[in-house]
Amino acid sequence: MSAEMKPKKEGLFSKKNRSLLIDPMNANNPITVQVLGICSALAITVKLKPAIVMGLSVIVVTALANVITSLMRNMIPNRIRIIVQLVVVASLVILVDQVLKAYVYDVSKQLSVFVGLIITNCIIMGRIEAFSLGNTPWKSFLDGLGNGAAYGGILIIVAFFRELLGNGTLYDYPVVEWMGLYDLGYKNNGMMLLPPMALIVVALIIWVQRAKTPSLIEKD
Amino acid sequence: MKFLQNIFDATRPAVTTGKLKPLYPLHNALETMMFVPDHNAHSGAHVRDAIDLKRTMVTVIFALVPALIFGIFNGGYQHFKAIDELANASGWAQFFTMDNFLFGAWKIVPMIAVTYMAGLGVEIYFAGRNRHPVNEGFLVSGLLIPMTMPIDMPLWMVAISTIFAVLIGKEVFGGTGMNLLNPALTARAFAFFAYPSFMSGDKVWINTSVEAGQKVVDGFSGATALGQYATTGTTSFSAWDAFVGLIPGSIGETSTLLIVLGGIYLIATGIGSWKIMLGSTLGAISMGLLFNWAAPYMLTESQEQFMSIPFYYHLVFGSWAFATVFMATDPVSAAHTERGKWIYGFLVGFLGIMIRVFNPAYPEGMMLAILFMNVMAPLIDHYVVNANIQKRLKRAKA
Repeated sequence: MSAEMKPKKEGLFSKKNRSLLIDPMNANNPITVQVLGICSALAITVKLKPAIVMGLSVIVVTALANVITSLMRNMIPNRIRIIVQLVVVASLVILVDQVLKAYVYDVSKQLSVFVGLIITNCIIMGRIEAFSLGNTPWKSFLDGLGNGAAYGGILIIVAFFRELLGNGTLYDYPVVEWMGLYDLGYKNNGMMLLPPMALIVVALIIWVQRAKTPSLIEKD
Repeated sequence: MKFLQNIFDATRPAVTTGKLKPLYPLHNALETMMFVPDHNAHSGAHVRDAIDLKRTMVTVIFALVPALIFGIFNGGYQHFKAIDELANASGWAQFFTMDNFLFGAWKIVPMIAVTYMAGLGVEIYFAGRNRHPVNEGFLVSGLLIPMTMPIDMPLWMVAISTIFAVLIGKEVFGGTGMNLLNPALTARAFAFFAYPSFMSGDKVWINTSVEAGQKVVDGFSGATALGQYATTGTTSFSAWDAFVGLIPGSIGETSTLLIVLGGIYLIATGIGSWKIMLGSTLGAISMGLLFNWAAPYMLTESQEQFMSIPFYYHLVFGSWAFATVFMATDPVSAAHTERGKWIYGFLVGFLGIMIRVFNPAYPEGMMLAILFMNVMAPLIDHYVVNANIQKRLKRAKA
């Protein structure tokens, strides 16, 4: 980093910093491009509400974990860095879990073990390893925010389709019933509620994304 | 025929170079369907068989037609039997009546039409998008899909299942010839998991809609033979009825006799692999015999009863015959090596009967067994090829 310490101070939202925030949304999306964090994307996207809560929790954990490890980055001995990272992430996850239990108990029940499993979400450890150990706290914060938000965004898109087509509701609001489709003989698609459909929806998102961004398409 | 040729000639410039380019696949598909294509090899030495993909597919359709027509009659027959309005005749005269045929056709022909429209719509869209001619693979899938559905399946569900199968089962892998799973079974599996109340149970196999003055007979049960076995351990249908097809079930699956005839036709024309069919038969029989042996050790009585039925019952009830002859032999998704076909076929029959008997949630296991073996087929081929390489290496060294 020392080479980048230019005399001219870099702005808080310089072009480079903004790209840290925005890149994960599309060209470097953790789920659709790096294929990380798939397991929780399958598990908690049956309904919109838990997906949103999960997305927010992951945003908080990635952003804070990135900042904290970035602050400590020059003090952590290289050989035990994974343990230190785990301690940081685990403490944050426990905090998030307690907050969820206190304020949104029913969602916390639905998410059950998956809140605790945020620790093992590859996106978080991946960002700490790849980014915050070598960057300043502010940059790490933006990076964590961007990646967490990108993860949450995909979660919400998947949950939107799964809840709408599988349950006929959106955020527990009975949209399909309200539109009167059931009277016409419409039936909810039970397969949408099964985990394989989450994979297929993610695959369709990847398809759309690559069709729109040709630079992502691998050359055979 | 001349005027048709003129129409195709007149419209060709518009779709090859003109504005209607996206419609070229449709033009090409219709033209090669009506006229023998004039594709020639222009250089080098080529051996070309007169049987191209289109003729292959049409052969399979010929093999399917008897079972389909029987299914149409059976749809009406089961309906009129349920409401006690069968024609006043005996034997087959009661079965092959105009009423039965018209009722069945009224239900089944729209299903076939919807399947073809939905599936070919997706195919033609992708052909236009990727600039290749429409492949003929869907001709068979489009007939197979309605034949695996219950007669009361709503048309929009058939359409959605078809679109899903063509899109996710086939086009994303690169179209005809590249698919991992059998497209027709993908459609059925989708419908089965998405709309289970329309694909299983004892309400869906026979149409029991009644008009004024009609009523469903007392003590009527619409369960299939396998459904009865799964719940009670016995069935009210005789094996002979099941063999000729006078039982409720998916549209095309009931008549083992006509399916076997179709299978013989496929084997005689060289289109269907007899190794897969025989393998599946051996697999089903050995599983049946294994069950007969194990039946006394079972804990529940109904399971013991189900397992102790003679092995050949498994071949006539349910969709074993249809799945073996028309689904497992799909040349794309089955194993490709000759030895692999034996293994693949054997396991299809073996696992299908196993799922059918052991898992009450899936009264029929052939669909799941074939899809599972579709996924395993490349692995089987890999090991068969490798074993051959090892064998030859050993011989070369010795």
